[in-house]
Amino acid sequence: MKRNPALRDALFAAIVLILLLAIPMLHRSPAFEDFIIRLSAMALFATSLNLLVGTTGMVSFGHGMFYGFAAYAFGLTMQLTELSLPVAALFAVALTTIAALVVGAICVRLSTDYFAFITLAVQMLFFSVIVSWQSLTGGDQGLRGGIPRRRIFGFDLGSQLHLYQFCAIVAVLGLLALRHVSMSPFGNTLRMIRDNAERASFVGIVLWRARLLAFTIAGGFAGIGGVLAALFVSGAYPELADWPNSGQAIFAVMLGGINSFLGPVLGAMILLALNDLVQRFTEYHGLVLGIVILAFALGLRRGVLDFIHLVWSKRAR
Amino acid sequence: MNVEINHLTKSFGGVRAIDDVSLAFPSGSLSAVIGPNGAGKTTFFNLISGAFMADSGEVLLDREDILQLSKTERMRRGIGRAFQVASCFPTMTVRANLMAAVTAHAGRWTSLSHRFPSAGMRERAEEVMEFVGLTDVADVEATILSHGDQKLLDIAIALALEPKVLLLDEPTAGMGPDERWRMIERVRGLWERRKLTLIFIEHDMDIVFKVASSIRVLCYGKVLAEGTPDQIRNNQAVIDAYLGAEENAS
Repeated sequence: MKRNPALRDALFAAIVLILLLAIPMLHRSPAFEDFIIRLSAMALFATSLNLLVGTTGMVSFGHGMFYGFAAYAFGLTMQLTELSLPVAALFAVALTTIAALVVGAICVRLSTDYFAFITLAVQMLFFSVIVSWQSLTGGDQGLRGGIPRRRIFGFDLGSQLHLYQFCAIVAVLGLLALRHVSMSPFGNTLRMIRDNAERASFVGIVLWRARLLAFTIAGGFAGIGGVLAALFVSGAYPELADWPNSGQAIFAVMLGGINSFLGPVLGAMILLALNDLVQRFTEYHGLVLGIVILAFALGLRRGVLDFIHLVWSKRAR
Repeated sequence: MNVEINHLTKSFGGVRAIDDVSLAFPSGSLSAVIGPNGAGKTTFFNLISGAFMADSGEVLLDREDILQLSKTERMRRGIGRAFQVASCFPTMTVRANLMAAVTAHAGRWTSLSHRFPSAGMRERAEEVMEFVGLTDVADVEATILSHGDQKLLDIAIALALEPKVLLLDEPTAGMGPDERWRMIERVRGLWERRKLTLIFIEHDMDIVFKVASSIRVLCYGKVLAEGTPDQIRNNQAVIDAYLGAEENAS
């Protein structure tokens, strides 16, 4: 199996997917299913962000705008047109990808600090548009009225079980696709840029073109996460596109580990679990989260999965 | 490939780092560029390779003026370069560094259709590793290589792009005396086997006089002298400005 890493990854994904689909057949737990549905959106969101942060070395503070953009694009398409759900979802993701291309064209030529600033600025602009364009988006109340016609290939996404199955399938396939991007020659190009941009340009890589492509792909996959989020909340809210949401994705990436492909997924798990757990006991959940993140940053100095890799490779020597 | 430079000029905020420099490097020659610190040697390389844009002048590559081209386009025309501070991809192994370089050179760097590396890239990286003598450390991460091997890897990355002209900025910088000679012999070997036009910057005069077939001396951005090692050794202007000072200092 070592000889074909692509097959190994596909096999791993298949096993995870089968496990996820089997669990509700053995034991129904609404809390668990709810958790996985939210995780599927968050995992795609955080892992796509890590294509920028960990793989390319571009820290974007505005990734949430594409998550939110897709949620609104999907919700509005379902409400305003007669398109079926899969078509509307594809349309929303395509639209988000184009939006990422346009935003990326403005942002990617800037140096690291200014890139971070401008992604944040564009996101705030987008957030303001959502809040002020009340007639279309419902303003700060969010997109109400639900998402109609939730049937797809015999799935009824109105039922929690079917939504769970749908989200698990989309998330696993989406992550597998992102894994492929990360392991392709293009993914390697992104690591070259992260390691040494000057050298990369001297071997013939056009930096802005590679960065723009990465930004666009990452935006598109965040869009898939956004569609799942819209399905879960049955609508869209401005908070999905707000900067604290981008911050959540960055937390997930940092908590889980930027140098491991599954790091952001683990980070998203920890973050969601912490949120749920802490909210049950105290209203000061920000305080607890902050302490946990500080502990990771100061204690491990890296994400959990990166830490495990480090310990593992030290032991192997 | 012939490299001909005519009236090249570059200023940084009023200071003329390169001032009306005209030099020719015939195809297949092995030349050294020497001069005191701040003479403009690295700037000269930056202008030829396109890291900086010149204010005026010409850089002719087999009679084609490449001065307006980007560094990527110049690289495709056959200009390769290694850096004063070894420049490679630190988190990758030696093999991965070279596979990355040949992949980029083959124009596959945006490819999404398959996994890295593309077919044939491993073999080509292997060839370059063997050529420069890095096979023993093929699976070592670049960041933990010895200083000398890092410099060699930098040169290997440049060679992976099949240059016709190779610019080496102090290939022996930061090395002990023995290591320097080993390095420069390797560089000489590369030059002989690949029939490159090789230009290198060097501070060790013993090496320069022994290895280079012709020498260019830069001083305050101008050409102070050019000629064979014997001519340069006996050139009074060079002795006054550079060689003499060097001897006094040591």
